[in-house]
Amino acid sequence: MADQTPSPEQLTQVDYRPKGKSWLDPHVEFRKGTYCYSAAPKNLTYLGLPNPRQWQPFDQDWKLPPDWKDIILAGMKERLDRYRSFRLFMDICVRCGACADKCHFYLGSGDPKNMPVLRAELIRSVYRRYFTLAGRLLGSTVGARDLTEDVLKEWFYYFYQCTECRRCSVFCPYGIDTAEITMIGRELLTLVGCNINWVIEPAANCFRTGNHLGIQPHGFKDSIDFAVDELEEITGVRVEAPINRKGAEVLFVMPSADYFGTPHYYTLLGYLALFHEIGLDYTLSAFASEGGNFGLFTSHEMIKRLNAKIYAEAKRLGVKWIIGGECGHMWRVMHQYMDTMNGPADFLEVPVSPITHTRFDHAASTRMVHICEFTADLIRHGRLKLDVSRNDHWNVTFHDSCNPARAMGLIEEPRYIIRNTCRTFHEMPENTIREQTFCCGSGSGLGTDENLEMRLRGGFPRANAVRYVRDKHGVNVLACICAIDKATLPPLLEYWSPGVDVAGVHEFVGNALLMKGERDRTTDLRGEPFASAKEDRAHA
Amino acid sequence: MPNIELSGNTYLVDEDGFLENPEVWNERAALDFAPTEGVSELTEAHWKVINYLRTYYLQFGIAPMIRKLCKETGFKLNEIYALFPSGPAKGACKLAGLPKPTGCV
Repeated sequence: MADQTPSPEQLTQVDYRPKGKSWLDPHVEFRKGTYCYSAAPKNLTYLGLPNPRQWQPFDQDWKLPPDWKDIILAGMKERLDRYRSFRLFMDICVRCGACADKCHFYLGSGDPKNMPVLRAELIRSVYRRYFTLAGRLLGSTVGARDLTEDVLKEWFYYFYQCTECRRCSVFCPYGIDTAEITMIGRELLTLVGCNINWVIEPAANCFRTGNHLGIQPHGFKDSIDFAVDELEEITGVRVEAPINRKGAEVLFVMPSADYFGTPHYYTLLGYLALFHEIGLDYTLSAFASEGGNFGLFTSHEMIKRLNAKIYAEAKRLGVKWIIGGECGHMWRVMHQYMDTMNGPADFLEVPVSPITHTRFDHAASTRMVHICEFTADLIRHGRLKLDVSRNDHWNVTFHDSCNPARAMGLIEEPRYIIRNTCRTFHEMPENTIREQTFCCGSGSGLGTDENLEMRLRGGFPRANAVRYVRDKHGVNVLACICAIDKATLPPLLEYWSPGVDVAGVHEFVGNALLMKGERDRTTDLRGEPFASAKEDRAHA
Repeated sequence: MPNIELSGNTYLVDEDGFLENPEVWNERAALDFAPTEGVSELTEAHWKVINYLRTYYLQFGIAPMIRKLCKETGFKLNEIYALFPSGPAKGACKLAGLPKPTGCV
């Protein structure tokens, strides 16, 4: 962690009193640690996005196109006409403030413009000025603002200080989805070339090779083969992990970090062990090699472009249905957009588990099932032999990853799996889990190093709840089902709540799963001795 | 895109200080970049990691899985962190002249 990172003592000194300047004043200071770098021109060019150039947020001159203001206003008009939700969200907010203290970035920074209501007002004030009669006539007296370069810079600052986690929208009596306002804000900024590299480079990579990391097919195969070899060393069981196999029943799509990062990788071992043990007829795809979709953090158009590969590969390979892995925002795309953007998936069948014959009717349209739904169903039908004692070295709590929890309502399945694979499980406080879960603070493309201070601030409410169960119950691992979580929660917890590891739910499955023909196992998927093995050694 | 001068040599780097053009890398570059990632001396162990990353990159166009890096070099993840305090994806990749891995990592 960089030397200039403030200490926890410094970051917990949050002043919630407004600073005295009017909210209409758009000036922001791009202080190191609180913003992300701009998108590199090569990545914008690769995606055909406007205004590729060298610039950084702290520059005075953002090198905007001469007609940038017309572009933004025309873009707003087009979106107000196209998305009724956007117009509605612009019109109906009564500024009741129910959302104000629900945002992790507001709680961690005390900056009033991180209150979701005020973040939305940044764009709403421009909407009033140019698209309502009152705003045109009465201006700032009704909270309308001219669109200036400073306003645009303010949009950039705050729309890239929102992780689109939607916790605020749970509390809005009108159901305003502030994430959608941020999405439109980012989409408008993209029209004039103001976006961040941590979003645009993965998007460009995805468009080129199918995954965020830019891994090509031979690299994909190398990583999967390595995992197969290592799983054999651990379990004594040789599994198959077919790639691009035509005619398989199921296509399995996971986030690319699962076959790159740690601790993601142990989740991958869990999937491979599970699929082998139940004899699933499945295939991976070297092109649909990414569940995540950073188009969601760019524009609706980009969501559609990047997501197209999943159905395209399902069709090319001739599978019947799709299972998706432990990926977070992917599930907002699947649940909310894929059907209409890339569907209809009428060439697929309604998913039916070949093991339990459960028909997943809720996926009758997308034909895509979350792996936690699939596995929970296997356990429910007693189709897995599980030795829970193999996870006795873990004292578990569960972090509801924002998008599976709030965008698709996947709340009980991961808990059901954990309870059936681990003996010690403790929930964090009620208002920090399930629909009210606190974001990791690094979602929606903000998980980059230069933004570390904001990530630590935004992640504080989540980490604080983890610290509570660590101190009260001795919790030593935080389970989650999102690759961004697995990447960004370890440094967050190391900072706020040391001594708590991060793991995927299917890592526990892989540990507990009794496989046919397995050797006398003494270690978990990380190569760490089981608690029982440790005891044996102690007694020997 | 800034140029930085390290030990008298000039390199074109991105905002994070990674080499903009990985192909210009040589061993001199690894030595020059080491202090920027808190590495005071490049030992045999450092070179083992750097050379493995470099070889893998030339074959696959990407850094290897972190787990694979550990296994193939024989270092545990915490040992890699001891060698490269900013970690395998940042410090080790930067010294080996690889681009910074992006996405959910």
